[in-house]
Amino acid sequence: MVDHLAMSNDVTVTLPRIQDRIPTVVVDDAHVVYRVHKGAAGSHSPVAALRRLVTRTSTPNVREVHAVRGVTFTAYRGEAIGLIGTNGSGKSTLLRAIAGLLPVERGAVYTEGQPSLLGVNAALLNDLSGERNVTLGCLAMGMSPAEVQRQLPEIIEFSGINQRGDFASLPMRTYSSGMSARLRFSIAAAKQHDVLLIDEALATGDKRFRKRSEARVRQLRENAGTVFLVSHQLSSVRDTCERTIWLESGVIKMDGPTDEVLKAYEAFTSGK
Amino acid sequence: MANTTLADPDSGLPPAQLAARHGLRMAGQRPSLGTYSRQLWRYRHFITAYANAKLAASFSNARLGQLWQVLTPLSNAAVYYLIFGLVLQQSRGMDNFIAYLTAGLFIFNFTQTSVQQGTQAISGNLGLIRALHFPRASLPLAITITQFQQLLGSMVVLIAIVLITGEPITLMWLMLVPAVLLQTVFNAGLTMTVARLGAKATDLKQVMPFILRTWMYGSGVLYSVELFAENLPGWATAIVQFNPMLVYIELARVALLENTPLLNDSLPLTWLVAIGWSLVMGLGGYLYFWRGEQEYGRG
Repeated sequence: MVDHLAMSNDVTVTLPRIQDRIPTVVVDDAHVVYRVHKGAAGSHSPVAALRRLVTRTSTPNVREVHAVRGVTFTAYRGEAIGLIGTNGSGKSTLLRAIAGLLPVERGAVYTEGQPSLLGVNAALLNDLSGERNVTLGCLAMGMSPAEVQRQLPEIIEFSGINQRGDFASLPMRTYSSGMSARLRFSIAAAKQHDVLLIDEALATGDKRFRKRSEARVRQLRENAGTVFLVSHQLSSVRDTCERTIWLESGVIKMDGPTDEVLKAYEAFTSGK
Repeated sequence: MANTTLADPDSGLPPAQLAARHGLRMAGQRPSLGTYSRQLWRYRHFITAYANAKLAASFSNARLGQLWQVLTPLSNAAVYYLIFGLVLQQSRGMDNFIAYLTAGLFIFNFTQTSVQQGTQAISGNLGLIRALHFPRASLPLAITITQFQQLLGSMVVLIAIVLITGEPITLMWLMLVPAVLLQTVFNAGLTMTVARLGAKATDLKQVMPFILRTWMYGSGVLYSVELFAENLPGWATAIVQFNPMLVYIELARVALLENTPLLNDSLPLTWLVAIGWSLVMGLGGYLYFWRGEQEYGRG
């Protein structure tokens, strides 16, 4: 029995039995509208700005974007769900709504614990060394100082930023974009999250790092977490997720086993 | 493997009830005040680490490094002494104008920089806020701590100046500690207030320098506070007397200087006003910031 478990861990992910399925994220007819402040556009003269202030009309260069239009699905413990769709289909917006960073206009998003969003743009402090960023990032995730000290070498090691010399003690602004993305992923992945939302972060590393991070994502799932992965690289969705949701123009076009959804998606994009 | 989707044991249940049955929470809800305060306490290590990191980063591009922590206030004091002491002759027969000026300048600067950076505490850290979940009050609090550390550097300079200019060391010096602590609480509240304001009204950053300049002139930093009583009508002087910055500055001056002009004659009353401001601003600022917690980082 023990042998069997160990083996199955190596080969594929052991899925929890169907009766044990516990929802971790419930999205109920969610609509997300966000407002974009465009810089200079339209009548941007001081006089026009003053008139708007006096008449209390809203600025014309705030535009509303209805990015997610009524999405409903339920995610369970131990699932890895891929989110695919063409550019501007609302994938990243949906992730931010699940993370609680964007309010839903209508409908509701329920989550277990606090989902963590891991994106490429999640900058830490660029003036500080990588090591210091790891400490800060871990503390910001709520780790204790002792825990951070224990994890620090492991995180640096995992990120692989020290492969070409001692980069961990250099300021992060000296890093290449791939290196800082790798470090950010390593920090976020150091903690066990109930719900982890990954936005394109796996795509940035080189092949070796991608392998490592995919293995880490699998590990996070086995420890009863739920992982969402937004990616344009269909291969990494295929390798990590067994369920995929296809968003198009803010609505779910398809939700099902990765193989089927990807097949339909590929047919859709090549047919365009 | 085909069972991964759509085979839902809870099927038929509306999503809201499903969520309630498994104890899921609405995403992005504001925690209660008690929970929030406990969270903030658990993040105290993050707050101090972030404050230290910011302090280190602020000098990381300068060759003299942390020495600027002392050099900046020193050069500031020199410039203002040159203009207000020597050129404009504002000392008006005061015993120790240099120490009078520097005390006011450093105490005011503590609040001024906290407020300036506080307006950008949220808007300047959107990356961090959108990436990680932590109580957002950590950011303005960290700014207050960083500025407090800067103040300690300034205090070394101030005490050196006070000693060089021949002031005696007295027991009154001990008053400086509670005075600065009260001011720190006041600053924390004020920094949280402007952090929330600055998160929504991005124009605040442009307006702030003018507000702060006016406030500085109303706090008797650069000239004798006697000028207020001489030139302002009675009601205006009364307002200036309750100006928190004037109060904190006067407390520092009373503590360090033997003989200094004061606007508030009664020392106990000055202390009461200082404590009052610190409580009102500290608690009020915290409550105000907490009420906006779920909005930060949304744009």
